[in-house]
Amino acid sequence: MRYPFPVGDADFIQGDEAIARAAILAGCRFYAGYPITPASEIFEAMSLYMPLVDGVSIQMEDEIGSIAAVIGASWAGAKAMTATSGPGFSLMMENLGYAIMTETPLVLVNVQRSGPSTGQPTLAAQGDLMQAIWGTHGDHSLIVLTPATVQEAFDMTIRAFNLAEKYRTPVILLTDAEVGHMRERVYAPHPDELELVYRKLPANEEEAKYPFGDIHGDLVPPMPIFGKGYRTYVTGLTHDERGRPKTVDAEIHERLVKRIVGKIENNKKDIIDYETYGLEDADIAIVSFGIVARSAMRAVKELRKEGINAGLLKLNVLWPFDFELIEKIAENVERIYVAEMNLGQLYHMVKEGANGKAKVELISRIGGEVHTPGEIVERIKRDLR
Amino acid sequence: MSKPIHTKYEMIKYLRKEALPTALCPGCGGGTVLNAFANAVDQLKIDPRDLVVVSGIGCSAWIASPYFLADTLHTTHGRAIAFATGVKVGLPDKKVVVISGDGDLAGIGGNHLLHAARRNIDITVILVNNFIYGMTGGQVAPTTPFGAITTTTPYRNIEHPLKIAETVASAGASYVARWTTFHVYQLIESIKKALATKGFSLVEVVSQCPVQFGRRNKMKTPAEMLRWFSRNAVPISKAKSMSPEELEGKIIIGEFVSKEKPEFTEELNRLIDEVAQYYGLGGEDAD
Repeated sequence: MRYPFPVGDADFIQGDEAIARAAILAGCRFYAGYPITPASEIFEAMSLYMPLVDGVSIQMEDEIGSIAAVIGASWAGAKAMTATSGPGFSLMMENLGYAIMTETPLVLVNVQRSGPSTGQPTLAAQGDLMQAIWGTHGDHSLIVLTPATVQEAFDMTIRAFNLAEKYRTPVILLTDAEVGHMRERVYAPHPDELELVYRKLPANEEEAKYPFGDIHGDLVPPMPIFGKGYRTYVTGLTHDERGRPKTVDAEIHERLVKRIVGKIENNKKDIIDYETYGLEDADIAIVSFGIVARSAMRAVKELRKEGINAGLLKLNVLWPFDFELIEKIAENVERIYVAEMNLGQLYHMVKEGANGKAKVELISRIGGEVHTPGEIVERIKRDLR
Repeated sequence: MSKPIHTKYEMIKYLRKEALPTALCPGCGGGTVLNAFANAVDQLKIDPRDLVVVSGIGCSAWIASPYFLADTLHTTHGRAIAFATGVKVGLPDKKVVVISGDGDLAGIGGNHLLHAARRNIDITVILVNNFIYGMTGGQVAPTTPFGAITTTTPYRNIEHPLKIAETVASAGASYVARWTTFHVYQLIESIKKALATKGFSLVEVVSQCPVQFGRRNKMKTPAEMLRWFSRNAVPISKAKSMSPEELEGKIIIGEFVSKEKPEFTEELNRLIDEVAQYYGLGGEDAD
């Protein structure tokens, strides 16, 4: 297999480009999209590269159609992805829920821009965090990853595919216009260095009869993909283990939805990923993610230079969420600051995790500009005075 | 002594028996459409394992899912054709069929219908047009005749219906036909032609909903509705010489388009081959 971009080597590329290249290395062979700033570069890169790796990139008539086609392609057996930004992300919410309910592996990239509505199309924001986790209706769970650098955008795209395939679930890569448009040095591993995961398929006809049954005891049913003669029935209606609609049976609904939520919740240890800096002896903790975490890191270092024991928790996974980790941190610090580019979304999750054991403060920034390290330092110093 | 009559329904082999009886109301045209589709599949000797059936939301979406025994994707409201696009690109050797209603495919999902026809992707759409949103209680549809009574136009419908077959034909489909549930044999032949067409094919089936449409519009029984179809159906050849006034309230039946055109998945694969060849000749090993 030859790749139309350097592998086993470094390159200087945009975050959006990195996501496209990583997807192809992860085995993605179907992309459907609709143009939108600041995610269009992913689509353009996919359109350029896909035919060269025997893959397909198509432009649908809207974002609803894009994610619909991705779900269809995933049931046809392909690793599939779409990418968008706020307005398109909103349009995708219904079919995202369909993908969760039908346990369809896919990767959905949201290169966040500033909203609400059309907002500031070219500027970054982190205002879609709650939407990414809770935007589709009904009880559910899914996986949300968030990169802070172009290298992380690359690595997490591969991880997103692996997690989607492993847990038969949609995975959201929640990035933003800063990371998406920024150029940085990225090392793209050679395919031989990569560990790729492929969805579990039914071992035989008998297993294929239970497309939604926990037949292996790991809450993740093998996926009887289309075209193999299984005659699988897939519906967004509440269904039993065999996929048959059962819409008025409370017990079946509870069993199905709890398994879908449980396969994520029970595997928190495997899924959750974060980095810490200086938390061991910290009096002040900053919790942050994405592009803002880089400013927060610098702020922690500057505060430490000035004799203030600050530490950083940088989240790489936003859902499932490690509430216990936050509580542990809260037990050891006086105050937790949440720095994010919105009016307070992660803040509420951290507050719940802290469980009253430390004061939780929000350092908010909206309007398209990332917090400077100085702003974070100043805010914390002002509070300490 | 007269012998008891035992009838065996041959098409049962194509159905998910455990899902029967259907959820469709007595007198619904949905069963006729399902029967016509099964007969078309049977006559063409298509192995149902080579079929993927995709549907949306509403009564007509239930015609095929869950009842037709093939790989079946019962999707969100209006989006069946977009889902089917991904399935077809992923499995270009399979026959992908969308069976759904007028509200689903031409109302909320109208955009996907137009663009799939424009793309000329090899999907067969059987669009069941019963003039009404049946499952939700008989609300006005984009196909409801002018002046008709529905639960959301209780005085009269002041909008004009979309001409689905004509619209899809002008959007670029390879095959377009319209029949009614009264014209069963023609319908089966048309579904067979649609399935055999390489490209986007649409068979619009005007179908009766006595429960939600008929009884509010002076056609209480299925028979009255079928009689209406039979009396008002005008073959397309005859319609060509009729004035718009004469055609008012008529149902034009027949084939609107049947032509060979480049098909989307074939074009995709040709592009991939071309690009691969060029890249193989001109490019250096990217590794």
